[in-house]
Amino acid sequence: MDYSAKISHQVANIPRSGIRDFFELVQGRDDVISLGVGEPDFATPWHIREAAIYSLEKGHTSYTSNLGLLRLRKEISRYVRDFFHIDYTPDSEVLVTVGVSEAIDLALRALLNPGDEVIFHSPCYVSYLPSISLAYGVPVDVPTRKADDFALRASMLEAAITSKSRVLMLNFPTNPTGAVMPLEELEKIAALCIQHDLIVISDEIYCELRYNDGEHVSIASLPGMQERTILLHGFSKAFAMTGFRLGYACAPAPLIEAMMKIHQYAMLCAPITSQAAALEALEHGEAAMTKMRDSYHHRRDYMVGRLNDMGLDCHSPGGAFYVFPDIRKSGLTSKDFAMQLLSAEDVAAVPGDAFGEAGEGFLRCCYATSLEEIKTAMNRMERFVGTL
Amino acid sequence: MNDPLLTLLQTKARYSHTELAEALSLSPDDVSTRIDQWEKDGTILGYQAVIDDDKVDETGVSAFIEVKVTPERGGGFDRLAMRVARFDQVVSCYLASGGYDLMVVAEGRDLREVASFVSQKLSTLDGVISTATHFRLKAYKEMGFIFEIEEPEGRLPVTP
Repeated sequence: MDYSAKISHQVANIPRSGIRDFFELVQGRDDVISLGVGEPDFATPWHIREAAIYSLEKGHTSYTSNLGLLRLRKEISRYVRDFFHIDYTPDSEVLVTVGVSEAIDLALRALLNPGDEVIFHSPCYVSYLPSISLAYGVPVDVPTRKADDFALRASMLEAAITSKSRVLMLNFPTNPTGAVMPLEELEKIAALCIQHDLIVISDEIYCELRYNDGEHVSIASLPGMQERTILLHGFSKAFAMTGFRLGYACAPAPLIEAMMKIHQYAMLCAPITSQAAALEALEHGEAAMTKMRDSYHHRRDYMVGRLNDMGLDCHSPGGAFYVFPDIRKSGLTSKDFAMQLLSAEDVAAVPGDAFGEAGEGFLRCCYATSLEEIKTAMNRMERFVGTL
Repeated sequence: MNDPLLTLLQTKARYSHTELAEALSLSPDDVSTRIDQWEKDGTILGYQAVIDDDKVDETGVSAFIEVKVTPERGGGFDRLAMRVARFDQVVSCYLASGGYDLMVVAEGRDLREVASFVSQKLSTLDGVISTATHFRLKAYKEMGFIFEIEEPEGRLPVTP
């Protein structure tokens, strides 16, 4: 059978993921030190795992409310109020999802009509563009630049806005650049959103992982923005819970209701065991999270120092657990640099162009790996750069 | 432990001063000065390897001994506790709240050595009212190290 004729055009038109190509090269090779992961190197703190086990022991294995356990939504509402200084009603303005990834899909499908334009900044997380296409939206990519430490410039956003623009997607701190937004620029962006009546989908999954005493400010907390923002957050990064697949959306009730319409049929609810773990994370997870963040902070400083010392220009990112060194001086493309580094020195880092064209000339190196491994990787990389 | 350098030393005591400095974004000189000072003033008493006895051909025994004592006027528990602590067989000695006063961890080559320490030395000390000895059967965690290596792997080598 010709299966290609059976696949929807929408899906067939999605290009193969650059990450997947690279993954297949790395997989199965021994002795590779990988700086290519996008998740914490810590196992989930034990007290959180234990809470999940306890919930299973108690026989909590049923569906929950479509929105998620009310107790968890109340706790999310409390946490969001304390951390972001924004109030959401647990009954109608909080939706528990299967990771932020599901929430992005729900938000886009709930908001878009075919042909609506969605603006996002790039380099960015790999799912944004395909998720917009799958929701029949038109992706409009605004590049961010090294000169701005990969923050989004309001002037560049403004230039991309048309009469068809409906949604702006933001992700700060950013995967893959670790970028954070200066407050003045964020305020200008908020003003543009109000002026052009845009809804903002703000993926703030890395917001706890901020360094240099920088306080995270959500665009939803700026005047006039809560009513037009879908704030997305989850447990994967700050609490090292990637495999639990748990996220949430906070937004005005009519938007949550629209997202819930899809969620109830596609997913029914997020897994109850993960919800029990998440509740424990919010109630008692702060100490473990702080410890992990401090550890990332030291590793970031070390990696940025070593990369600059070896002549790869690298800004010190304000958040997440990625650095994004400039490899253009090598004369190689991102892909060639990554491939040659892998074959010569067994170090895997993801080519920047896997995150959009604006990432060409850069490399994403994740420092969520042990300091010993980072050291070895940096020594090998230094040797590789010396041969170019 | 609030000080990040002390915290790191508890698990990475074998790191060189340069490695400690790198890990904490401090200068190696700063690290050296602070460690020297701590060693001098007794903040850092020593450095130890944490060993899983089951993995070495070790026939020694250890025991947790609950000791009830009569506190002395003037000296309280301290003088007697220090007397107990000075025995070579004693590896740890704590004053505890609850049903007994001192928790003594003692080690010996065999059961007989620990038993004779308890019956001949510890329980005959002036002020010791009673002892209860519990021999250790198996260790699961020591000095913050769990005796079952968790496999952090399972992470895919490249993920978005």
